[in-house]
Amino acid sequence: MSTPRLALHGISKRYPGVVANDGVSLVVQPGEIHALLGENGAGKSTLMKIVYGVTRPDEGRIEWEGREQRIDSPARARALGIGMVFQHFSLFETLSVAENIALAMDGADSPAALAPRIREVSERYGLPVDPDRLVHSMSVGERQRVEIVRCLLQAPRLLIMDEPTSVLTPQAVQQLFVTLRRLAAEGISILYISHKLDEIRALCDVATVLRGGRVGGRALPREESNDSLAQMMIGRELAPCRLTPREAGPVELELTQLSLPSADPFGTALQGIDLRVRGGQIVGIAGVSGNGQQELLAALSGESRVAERGMVRLGGQPVGDLDPAQRRRRGFGFVPEERLGRGAVPSLSLALNALLTGAGKGLVRRGLVRPAAARAFARTIIERFGVKCRDERSVADSLSGGNLQKFIVGREILLAPTVLVVAQPTWGVDVGAAQLIRQALIDLRDQGAAVLVISEELDELFEVSDRLGVLAGGRLSPLCDPATTSVAEIGRWMAGDFGTAHTEASHAAA
Amino acid sequence: MSPELLIAMLASTAAAATPLVFAAMGELVTERAGVLNLGVEGMMLVGAIAGFAVGLHSGSLLLGYLAAAGAGMAMALIFAVLTLQLQTNQVATGLALTLFGVGLSAFIGKAYTGQPIAAVPHLSLPLLSDLPLLGPLLFRFDVLVYASFALFFAVQWFLTRTRGGLLLRAVGESPAVAHAIGHPVQRVRYAAVLFGGACSGIAGAYLSTALTPMWVEGLSAGRGWIALALVVFATWKPLRVLAGAYLFGGVTVLQLYAQGFGLHIPSEFLSMLPYLATIVVLVLICRDGRTILLNQPASLGKSFHPDA
Amino acid sequence: MLRLERRAQPSRAMRVLAPLIAALLMFVTGFVIFTVLGKAPLAAFEVFFVKPLSSMYGLGELLVKTAPLLLCALGLAIGFRANVWNIGAEGQLVVGALAGSGVALAWGETESHWVLPAMLLAGALGGMAWAAIPAFLRTRFRTSEILTSLMLVYVAQLLLSYFVHGPWRDPEGFNFPQSRMFNDWELLPLLVEGTRVNLGIVFALAVAALSWFFTEKTYAGYRLQVAGLAPAAAGYAGFSEKRNVWLALLIGGACAGLAGIGEVAGPIGQLQPSVSPGYGFAAIIVAFVGRLHALGIVLASLLMSLLYLGGEQAQIDLALPSAITGLFQGLLLFYLLAMDAFVTWRIRRVRRA
Repeated sequence: MSTPRLALHGISKRYPGVVANDGVSLVVQPGEIHALLGENGAGKSTLMKIVYGVTRPDEGRIEWEGREQRIDSPARARALGIGMVFQHFSLFETLSVAENIALAMDGADSPAALAPRIREVSERYGLPVDPDRLVHSMSVGERQRVEIVRCLLQAPRLLIMDEPTSVLTPQAVQQLFVTLRRLAAEGISILYISHKLDEIRALCDVATVLRGGRVGGRALPREESNDSLAQMMIGRELAPCRLTPREAGPVELELTQLSLPSADPFGTALQGIDLRVRGGQIVGIAGVSGNGQQELLAALSGESRVAERGMVRLGGQPVGDLDPAQRRRRGFGFVPEERLGRGAVPSLSLALNALLTGAGKGLVRRGLVRPAAARAFARTIIERFGVKCRDERSVADSLSGGNLQKFIVGREILLAPTVLVVAQPTWGVDVGAAQLIRQALIDLRDQGAAVLVISEELDELFEVSDRLGVLAGGRLSPLCDPATTSVAEIGRWMAGDFGTAHTEASHAAA
Repeated sequence: MSPELLIAMLASTAAAATPLVFAAMGELVTERAGVLNLGVEGMMLVGAIAGFAVGLHSGSLLLGYLAAAGAGMAMALIFAVLTLQLQTNQVATGLALTLFGVGLSAFIGKAYTGQPIAAVPHLSLPLLSDLPLLGPLLFRFDVLVYASFALFFAVQWFLTRTRGGLLLRAVGESPAVAHAIGHPVQRVRYAAVLFGGACSGIAGAYLSTALTPMWVEGLSAGRGWIALALVVFATWKPLRVLAGAYLFGGVTVLQLYAQGFGLHIPSEFLSMLPYLATIVVLVLICRDGRTILLNQPASLGKSFHPDA
Repeated sequence: MLRLERRAQPSRAMRVLAPLIAALLMFVTGFVIFTVLGKAPLAAFEVFFVKPLSSMYGLGELLVKTAPLLLCALGLAIGFRANVWNIGAEGQLVVGALAGSGVALAWGETESHWVLPAMLLAGALGGMAWAAIPAFLRTRFRTSEILTSLMLVYVAQLLLSYFVHGPWRDPEGFNFPQSRMFNDWELLPLLVEGTRVNLGIVFALAVAALSWFFTEKTYAGYRLQVAGLAPAAAGYAGFSEKRNVWLALLIGGACAGLAGIGEVAGPIGQLQPSVSPGYGFAAIIVAFVGRLHALGIVLASLLMSLLYLGGEQAQIDLALPSAITGLFQGLLLFYLLAMDAFVTWRIRRVRRA
């Protein structure tokens, strides 16, 4: 084989209280699509930030095309020929495409001078991009194209893609794969970071698996099964949750022609959403975020008021004019997407975070806080949901993402809601916690509560949903039965095309 | 109204507006980088006394203005180290800077209270300044009035036409992204804060060497705060800062001439006008929340540390 | 090379130590300043920080100045905890003084037990009314309370100036811009013979106890705290932002208004063009140095009061401008903010990788 394009030797990086990378070694050949596989928190992103010069390693060596290099800034990485497409896009919303690209180029080219080159590259690789458009007006898929074009303009020899498909529709994923294979055929190496096993088996030549910051194994993914890869990734087999069929109860949550302008100037307005969730039923809502998810959640929780109180009903009663606390008193529970800062106050103890939504559970009497009751409630949550922490006096931001999510989900479930809305239940959560959280949602459904799950993870939705719909462009698709619906069809809906949707069950059954 | 009166009013308007242009333009640049420095009033006061003292001792107003800019920057540096390096709350630190500046300037200024100083000279160009009407209208202001327009053009050009301006705006929107693609966020923010300090210092010196010209404790009388309000009113756009400053200058001047127009209102109520006007324009511009959301630098007032 | 690094857990020790270290650094800087100004530092130090406390009268003065600082700071702290930046306490104080004095002047010269309570009530209400303006503008139009409350300080001072120069000027006062002297029954009763200590300090301490109870024990206090620490969490929990803003500003205004009437019905004894040497602004520093916590604020207001006395003493004994007080106040706050950073951060020496 030729000289490796990139070789990492014994890379370590420690943060206070965490070892993110521990002696990681990795070799990428020219023209190779190399998967970096690992579950959330395994240290993939830290490793890639080290390669791209955003973060510096505590120990270890980096060899680039056979020569040792110190990559101490992204500019240095780009000069070597390394490009990176970030998971959370590194684009400035208020600037144009050309301005964004100019900022990432190390030459002094003006945005105007770059425009023709942007057009040229975007045509050559089939990545249509208009240099003059403002980023905030673009869809997530378009933004990803901008990121890729931005990298390609610098003629990279290694392209790092950090979880690139988490924001794409299944069809867009296929298009992306075509582009990536083509780049690889031209000799560009690709480091593909993901935790999605199917995709890695479909796309990648070689895989390095990270577990707990160390290399947990190397494999040729095309010769592996999902189970064997999962084994390497989490050290045991994946056992999906089981949803036993069950008779649905009365309608507990009902949205009728819900329309709502967005509070965010760059947000998506909701248009005429109809939805019914019955007791003992989990309804999943798929869709790429930015398609009205924030707005829908705010309308459900009461953080945004809707025009007519009848647009949102709990247990048949109109609640559109009630604030979040009032809705909670009527049996509404809510797990927001943002854990630190919304679902929990970072600098307060778990006991005081239990009080955040738990006032109705006897934690407040005559306007006074009952600290002992708050601590007891927090302890119950910690025990019942296996939250790993020192005790209920630990502050919220000392917990890992998964444990904090268990705490928040546990708090909302223990408040015994008749309707529970959960946003991105397992985003950034390790596999063990994710499974526990999904099971807890199913248990709540089995006790007769109505559960609405809004998530970007299609696999997860197929696993836990009794009925499944898609939010796209602020509109909601009809609901379908996940058992008889294909991923491809959901993918078409995610692109906003519900014209041909068989409206079967949605109204009849709901 | 006679043309002479109009010209006199215009001259007073320009004089009242110029310090606001300097202070607000500086703060605009600071805020476009995402840093909210509420210490403008304090930096102005320290600039005012520094400019006055150095101008008096050296006999050179140029040196005075350099000292004022330097003093403003020194104050801004304290703010920058605290907020950018030590991640202190920007609102609290800005308040501290103002309180400190009020105290420091009063302390140093005690010795200078009541001393006279030669005011900044007005432009006098052969021929041009003597043109009828146009002369007094365009060519007889003091140098700083012209400098304030130059500052406006420079800031406008920098923000919209240069790579540095693009970077500044980018940092103001998302320091995290700017850092991720390898830009020196801290250095950009330091520069923006120091620029703001220099402008505030000059604005202060204008008060003590041109507008009054003398040192009086607390002579800025809230102009630093009005400058802050102007930036919001201008929705972070240089041209609107300039227009806003002249609008305020006009309001200030109105109170001087109101008695002359036969308005018999107690002088205190006339003196309230600039402050009340500030509140009114803030309400007008904030009434529609989207105006602010769309224009305000997205990271304004939020701490960012590259190592966090 | 030294680098800042986030601590895994905020340091409890630093939380307590930060204000003490800040005060210490302020003293050290004071030492340097005195030396630079050519004053013997130890002697100057004694004049500034010891001499004011060496007599009964001096101790009394300490409490006299503590009362308004403490009141204003307690009110502000409740707002600051909720991210409501009322920086116009000075204006609310002035309007409190105006409203309370208005009651006394309107009542006339007839003696009554009811005048003083009515004055105090009017003072608190006046401060509340003045604070209600920024509260209304923020909740209705999203206008920054920082700028509006500050602008209203200047308006309040001009209003005061108008009243003492105009309608409320004492006709027998030789044309001085001031109201008539208040009668005994219109003044807060003195507590200690030979000093100027009056009932105001008792009110202030009572308010401190109340504020401790409010922030530590009540659900409303918890809601304000959450709103300050994580506004999105407060929205998620359903704690109304508007209610919090109103509550924070009204409490702040009432406290400042009470402080204002306490000054004119206390040490000043009449309405004058200036009723406060900037207590409303100094209270911002007191609130921070006191960690927004009632007990801390009590201690911080004593320190701040001492700075005022020291400044006056230094003017008399050392011929230094009393403005040095403001200098020390500003330094103290800077040092505190800097020290505060080390609650969540620590300095680590790093080898370059």
